[in-house]
Amino acid sequence: MWHSATARLSLGFVALAILCLGIADLSITAHAPWHELGRLVQGLVQPDVSAVDHLWVALLRTLAFAFVGVGLGATAGFLLALIFHSRLVRSICAFVRAIHELFWALIFLQFFGLHPLTGVLAIALPYAGVFAKVFAEILEETDPLPEQVLPAGSGRLSTLAFTRLREAWPHLVSYTSYRLECGLRSSAVLGFVGMPTLGFYLESAFAQGHYDTVGALLLLFYALIASLRLWVRPLLVPVYLVVAPFCLGSGLPIVWSNVSRFFSEDIVPSPLRHGEGLSGLVGWLGDIMISEALPGIWHTLVLSQIALVLTGLLALALYPLVSRHFFQGRGWHGRWAVAGRQQAGARVPGNRLTHLLGHGLLVVMRSTPEYLLAFILLQLWGPSMLPAVVALAIHNGGIIAHLVGRRSNEVRLRPDAPHGLVRYAYELTPRLYGPFLALLFYRWEIIMRETAILGILGITTLGFYVDSAIQEIRFDRAMVLILITALLNIGVDVLARHLRARLRLRHTANCEP
Amino acid sequence: MSTLALTDAVADYGQQRVLGPLNLTLQRGERVALVGKSGAGKSSLLAVMYQQWRGRGAALMPQELGLVPSLSVFHNVYMGALATHPTWYNLVTLAKPFRRDVAAIQPLLARLAIDDKCWAMAGELSGGQRQRVAAARAIHQGGEVLLADEPVSALDGPQSEALMVELTQAYPTAVLAMHDVELALRFTDRVIGIADGGIALDAPSARLTAQDLLPLY
Repeated sequence: MWHSATARLSLGFVALAILCLGIADLSITAHAPWHELGRLVQGLVQPDVSAVDHLWVALLRTLAFAFVGVGLGATAGFLLALIFHSRLVRSICAFVRAIHELFWALIFLQFFGLHPLTGVLAIALPYAGVFAKVFAEILEETDPLPEQVLPAGSGRLSTLAFTRLREAWPHLVSYTSYRLECGLRSSAVLGFVGMPTLGFYLESAFAQGHYDTVGALLLLFYALIASLRLWVRPLLVPVYLVVAPFCLGSGLPIVWSNVSRFFSEDIVPSPLRHGEGLSGLVGWLGDIMISEALPGIWHTLVLSQIALVLTGLLALALYPLVSRHFFQGRGWHGRWAVAGRQQAGARVPGNRLTHLLGHGLLVVMRSTPEYLLAFILLQLWGPSMLPAVVALAIHNGGIIAHLVGRRSNEVRLRPDAPHGLVRYAYELTPRLYGPFLALLFYRWEIIMRETAILGILGITTLGFYVDSAIQEIRFDRAMVLILITALLNIGVDVLARHLRARLRLRHTANCEP
Repeated sequence: MSTLALTDAVADYGQQRVLGPLNLTLQRGERVALVGKSGAGKSSLLAVMYQQWRGRGAALMPQELGLVPSLSVFHNVYMGALATHPTWYNLVTLAKPFRRDVAAIQPLLARLAIDDKCWAMAGELSGGQRQRVAAARAIHQGGEVLLADEPVSALDGPQSEALMVELTQAYPTAVLAMHDVELALRFTDRVIGIADGGIALDAPSARLTAQDLLPLY
């Protein structure tokens, strides 16, 4: 086992996470954590749909912000994908997507205030960066030959429409619809910083202890995401896109003097504003580094390391739930079955239920945004790193388990392959470990970005210091810290890409959520 | 434009030289067969020719055909004429073809016996059918010189002859890479034999027999 670079790296990551466990604060500080959890479960079992007058408004706004934000992001991302060969465009996109949508929202809040534009841009901007990268990769993967054989002078737009775009279209559509699901989660979470979406109502329901309302909001949100495929149809999407901008609500008007003040005063480092010159700036930056950035970076790294490994363990433990190699009857196909028939194999009724429950569990896990989950756990357990670690592991573990499980369904086992735990340990996990690691490294950057943002909830990662700086109306400090967070994300992304390349882990554009 | 010429043409694959340097002149009206064993450099020579002459009305029918699988046969053939229409016209055609283009393309497909597949997706066709679609695109494109790489390799006897007639009539000049030596001698008037990335033989077809070409293989 020590001979394999993959195994050595994995064990190294686990050892590092165990070290981090020793440092991290993982205590439960709430007085009666299980009592609170019990109340939440009761709220989920007996939701009170009538409790919120604005329940439907919350859903409508959540949908509207998601559609407008993702729509704008996809359009801009597509146009950028066409010029993605430019180094400048690539760098701008990498930078824009390294900053979390909640940070963007906090920035836009400073000058647009509670205007819908804040929420729309907070989604559209980072999403455009992601769309540009993934769309460019998808277009890159199409067959270049049809384009080459076209007659000279066919025109750029005609060439694109008839060849690459045509070929890539189904992939572009499926990726965009996947991102719409992410957009719904982002939109819901924007409520926590004041947008009129689901998170806003959830926060106030929690604050008032209305767990039945919390239950209703959560269940409606799951229903919305689970039924996405039923109501997002190709012919209806244009209708939604036209209607959505009118459903954003009016918010508060933009005060344009705030916009100019933001750029001319707020974000100018205070030593420069007070004429203390370069030496003042150096001292000021040093102060931020020592008192805020370094502790923030340290906690972000520690927390995300634990969360990353826990995510991996959870994904490895749960992928069999959605794999046809485990929860499927041995019944009639036994040892004489032809490999081809085994694929179509009959499911034993009892197993259909486990199959359904397994899928259901993973759907719930991956459709709950980390931020929302961390918020709930924090209410239940009190402030420490524990809620953040568990939230990150549940959400990301659910996503990776789902993708690995789906991947496992492409594996063909010989008819007499062993069953149960031996099948798991000898037949499937070794085959799926490469794709699993590729996915995990892909999500590393996302876990890091989320870890930083969870600081807004009071955990001392980078987001905590950003949020405090903003509370103290020191936007210059906040901007420096946001920049540092972005650089940290870009650094992790580069490291992950390097590791993927070294271990020769193949990745596909479509698995990056 | 009466002659097409290559001077000191070369092709590299990575670090390795796979073709040339070689010199070649084509007279307008010539039909040239490129023969030689696989890997000798026929496809590389065609690629170099296409690169040099694309702007002078050359059309390429590569061995991999270059069809768009998710487009209909009609659209794949129409693509040969993208350069002769304005962009808006092309985009409208993608959604709804104009009657006059259908009227132009249908008879061509009928001559190649694939008119019943006009609205089928190119990706759903058999190898022989797809080869005829690529040929139809090249014919629809028209121009000065056709460069085709094994244009009839997936077709049987009578079909391949019919297609050879269509292809050689559609262009004043043609260069066809062929592995069927008999067919090559019958439909061309000049044979260029390629070996080890160079020209090993260049003679009028009328003076050659299949036996003469054997040393090339």
